[in-house]
Amino acid sequence: MSDGTSYGFDTLQIHAGARPDSDTGARQTPIYQTTAYVFRSADHAAALFNLQEVGYIYSRLTNPTVAVLAERISTLEGGIGGVCCSSGHAAQIMALFPLMGPGLNVVSSNRLYGGTVTQFGRTIHRFGWSAKFVDTENLEEVDAAVDENTRALFCESIANPGGYITDIEALAKIADKHGLPLIVDNTSATPFLCKPIDHGATLIVHSTTKYLTGNGTVTGGAIVDSGIFDWSANDKFPSLSQPEPAYHGLKFHETFGPLAYMFHGIAVGLRDLGMTMNPQAAHYTLLGIETLSLRMKKHVENAEKVAAWLEKDPRVESVTYAGLPSSPYYDRIATVCPKGAGALFTFAVKGGYEACVKLVDSLEIFSHVANLGDTRSLIIHSASTTHRQLTPDQQRAAGADPNVVRVSIGIEDPDDLIADLDKALTAATS
Amino acid sequence: MDLPANDELSDYQYRQLLTKTKCFACVGVSANPLRPSYFVIRYLALAGYRVIPVNPAHAGKTLFGEQVVADLASIPKGAEPDIVDIFRRPKEVPAIVEEALSLFPNLIAVWMQIGIKCPEAATLARSKNVIAIQDRCPKIERQRLFGELRMAGFNTRVISSRLKI
Ligand SMILES: Cc1ncc(COP(=O)(O)O)c(C=O)c1O
Repeated sequence: MSDGTSYGFDTLQIHAGARPDSDTGARQTPIYQTTAYVFRSADHAAALFNLQEVGYIYSRLTNPTVAVLAERISTLEGGIGGVCCSSGHAAQIMALFPLMGPGLNVVSSNRLYGGTVTQFGRTIHRFGWSAKFVDTENLEEVDAAVDENTRALFCESIANPGGYITDIEALAKIADKHGLPLIVDNTSATPFLCKPIDHGATLIVHSTTKYLTGNGTVTGGAIVDSGIFDWSANDKFPSLSQPEPAYHGLKFHETFGPLAYMFHGIAVGLRDLGMTMNPQAAHYTLLGIETLSLRMKKHVENAEKVAAWLEKDPRVESVTYAGLPSSPYYDRIATVCPKGAGALFTFAVKGGYEACVKLVDSLEIFSHVANLGDTRSLIIHSASTTHRQLTPDQQRAAGADPNVVRVSIGIEDPDDLIADLDKALTAATS
Repeated sequence: MDLPANDELSDYQYRQLLTKTKCFACVGVSANPLRPSYFVIRYLALAGYRVIPVNPAHAGKTLFGEQVVADLASIPKGAEPDIVDIFRRPKEVPAIVEEALSLFPNLIAVWMQIGIKCPEAATLARSKNVIAIQDRCPKIERQRLFGELRMAGFNTRVISSRLKI
């Protein structure tokens, strides 16, 4: 036994959260395929339901396989704890749930995954919540958007569809000034490239569907709490600072201190919203996460090569990859994501919409799918797919103009990826 | 065990402390099951520690098999605590720590709960070779180190390839 904080990332991505199974000695984390858990006694059951003890009750709340993954991700992020859930989108709703209520809003970057623009811009209105979208390059605009009904700031570290690196520290300062938490979606960067908590983030959300699993097998999500936000400093967060009516009047922050947000996430969030990750999904993601650093290094290396090649190609109009020295966000790499700008970017093809569609249809190695963060290289025409529900203005703001395609560079041989693009560009522009 | 010079006990030191300790005196416990202090003593009692509740407002009542006493001086012979766990406001802490140090020569630690810090009392305790911990909760630390918080996905910082640690 040692203080785990002293271990390096490569060790933690394999060991954090996992221990040999105490009954069998099984070294790999078993898939605990069970719905419920036997109580030791009626007293034990009562204590668990009262949150006086921690333990397994029912798999909508917690499960031993899923808990290993939650601890693994929260350790890699340097948080106090984590909750896993059924998808990245579920994680976003679960992250906001303890903070929001009817009439309240989140101030969010407009550089987001298109599905998040729709979730925040439309669907959350059904709960009486709303989002104010802001240009995070204009900090005055961000600051001015915060009003007395704002309960959080939201951004993506490296924004999907790519090419943009958020100045997390600048947003954290604004959030701090207003006594609000900053939520960072760290999906595209992963904790290997970016540690949002070090830059002042309060909460982190993930689509574990992407790089953390790494091979396109399962959907999942996670929320990590830094454990450092004072939920009782003002009266804005009654679910955590005041008696919670959905939990027999318990005051979560007073009772659980820095663990309050996470306990709320399980005891109220998972219990009542039910967006639970299943143990099979956790198993696949645990297998993937063991090689996260190795994969991310190769993703970044390949992305740098492919982006540099594309930028020089006359058939290509522009490439928005922050890893290229020509990018206006290149200088942010050193502070925000020193190990690289990720492997997600867009490029504009001469010939516009038509050429993009033809390009996508002519590739042999790149797969045309609505996903990212797979070992396989992926391509998509965002404007006609993932960002289709957006207005032209929103598409432009998100970097998903009609003449651009988004690629998620895999870990294949980069020369093969370049040859594939070369052939398809010829077909698309001839 | 080694006496840590400040609040930064290593996980090994916490583990030693919580393993060696047999008896807690908990100053300022509530009898209201929704209060944090009640959560803590209930947990500690179920974990097998002897827990002496201290609160003049509830003196004479029984909590988890022990009589509540009015103050530290009323703790009966044979129930001297290894740890005095404090749930009182910082300005009341020095008097409690002074009393604890004079009453219990074998005291191992004074422990101030989350939100409670009193550097002068901590320094005093350390000058008498007693561990002082501030702004932490023994329930959380024990749950973290002995595998319980693992069940809820918390970052326990415990890494081990051994079956038993
Ligand atoms: C940055 C980002 N956040 C969130 C999501 C949503 O995740 P999920 O598809 O797992 O719900 C995605 C999915 O593409 C994403 O790219």
